[in-house]
Amino acid sequence: MTAVLRRTALVLGLPVVLFVVWWFASAGSTDFYRPPLRRILAAFQETWIGERLVEDVAPSLVRLLVGYALAVVAGIVLGVAIGSTRWLRALLEPILEFLRATPPTVLVPVVMLLAGIGNEMKVIVIVSGAIWPVLLNTAEGVRSIDEVLSDTCRSYRIGGLARLRHLVLRSASPQIMTGARQALAIAIILMVISEMFAASNGLGFTVVQFQRSFQIAEMWSGVLLLGLIGVALSLAFRVVDRVVLRWYHGLRAVERQPR
Amino acid sequence: MSQTAVRPNRAGALPTPVLFGAVGVVIAAVTLELVPRLGVVSAIYLPPTSTIARALVEQVQRPEFWLALRDTLVTWGIGLAIAVVAGIVAGVVIGTVPGLRAATASTIEFLRPIPSVALIPLAVLLYGSGIRATLMLVIYASFWQMLVQVLHGIVDVDPVARDTARSYRLSAAAQIRYLIWPTALPYVVTGIRLAASVALILTITGELIIGTPGLGRQIAVSMESNSVPPMYALVVVTGLLGLVANQLFRAIERQVLAWHPSQRRELSEAVSGL
Repeated sequence: MTAVLRRTALVLGLPVVLFVVWWFASAGSTDFYRPPLRRILAAFQETWIGERLVEDVAPSLVRLLVGYALAVVAGIVLGVAIGSTRWLRALLEPILEFLRATPPTVLVPVVMLLAGIGNEMKVIVIVSGAIWPVLLNTAEGVRSIDEVLSDTCRSYRIGGLARLRHLVLRSASPQIMTGARQALAIAIILMVISEMFAASNGLGFTVVQFQRSFQIAEMWSGVLLLGLIGVALSLAFRVVDRVVLRWYHGLRAVERQPR
Repeated sequence: MSQTAVRPNRAGALPTPVLFGAVGVVIAAVTLELVPRLGVVSAIYLPPTSTIARALVEQVQRPEFWLALRDTLVTWGIGLAIAVVAGIVAGVVIGTVPGLRAATASTIEFLRPIPSVALIPLAVLLYGSGIRATLMLVIYASFWQMLVQVLHGIVDVDPVARDTARSYRLSAAAQIRYLIWPTALPYVVTGIRLAASVALILTITGELIIGTPGLGRQIAVSMESNSVPPMYALVVVTGLLGLVANQLFRAIERQVLAWHPSQRRELSEAVSGL
């Protein structure tokens, strides 16, 4: 019982302290740019709970999830192909290194030229930035499949889809999830940036509108909402990771135990 | 190295992967030359490779280009330096003071996934379009990379070595110097490499969106003035910059950690790999 209380105190302690400090330190604030937290929270409720949720938050999230899903699927498919074909990997390596090193946000103006400023543009931007970590990590994971397992598969004449599902994807899944985690962070950045650059709705667009029209408390509440979305998505990812890689985390825990 | 001999290569050895890579680059360049020339995509929006190359040569001869490159490097460097120092100091304090790690864990887990671009409106409001606005994004994003790596590194200290240090009554300073630092160093160096690539992305992004002087702003300016080939040329430059930075920090990592087992393993993997 005390152990549970102690853990709760550890988890909640500092956040509560920080919240209280922010609340009271800003309570009497007359600084135009740093409104009291009370005002920001009131603005949060007024601004985001209601119509805006459907008009701005939903389109942003849909674009994000569609783009992210496409990037992950395409990244895995191409990554498996590149990872298991030696000459293809050698052929593409410098190009892929270059594409990975390119800051993903510079793709926004490029894709805007090619695909206009509609929904497609934002989805393409997200795909074109988020695909690389998935692709490269998948290729790396497929390349480093355990040779004994691979030989065993061959001896038992396990091929085709069964080999893909039970050997290739399974062995590469820790790397695939690492890539998918990096891709999620990039996808969120690109969602916001593409909307700040050119949009008529969406979170990034609305927050910048608030900033330009000096609706300071509303803008702070938008920053808060973007932060919360980032945190929520990373928590959701962790849940998926636990489920998909349960065997892997179990294995690692066993390996780590003292011999 | 005998590594290549240890792992026989069934799929048929590629004695010259570098040659293959070069061929790949040529194929890509030719494809991007032909796609607009054959009218698959309008050449106005996707100029042929040769046009982009010419624009790149033109850019390199202009002083504005070099000023922008310098601005980008300065913002990147300052931001990275601050984030690295702050990350190491905060990491060592949080990691070594008893109880502090458990007390801050939830806060760190909460603050870390906040997308740094969410801070853009705030940065603009507080600092306008100057370098400080972009620095705020750069430092916020790369600080967490650094902090998390340092914390991982400190946890990694061998329990036997720690008990030994305690038995010999090493002072706190000596423990940091001889126990924690060598253990955490590989993590620190990896952290710097990761932070550098994140910092570059945020530097360019800040310039692009906020308008802080640098390559990113040049890209935005060429887009607004509809000069498409220079825009592509500058995009290529940012990619090359990222590539050079990656290679540079990988080389530093190898140099600093030549003594460390993880590097030896990685090296042998790299040899037997591609």
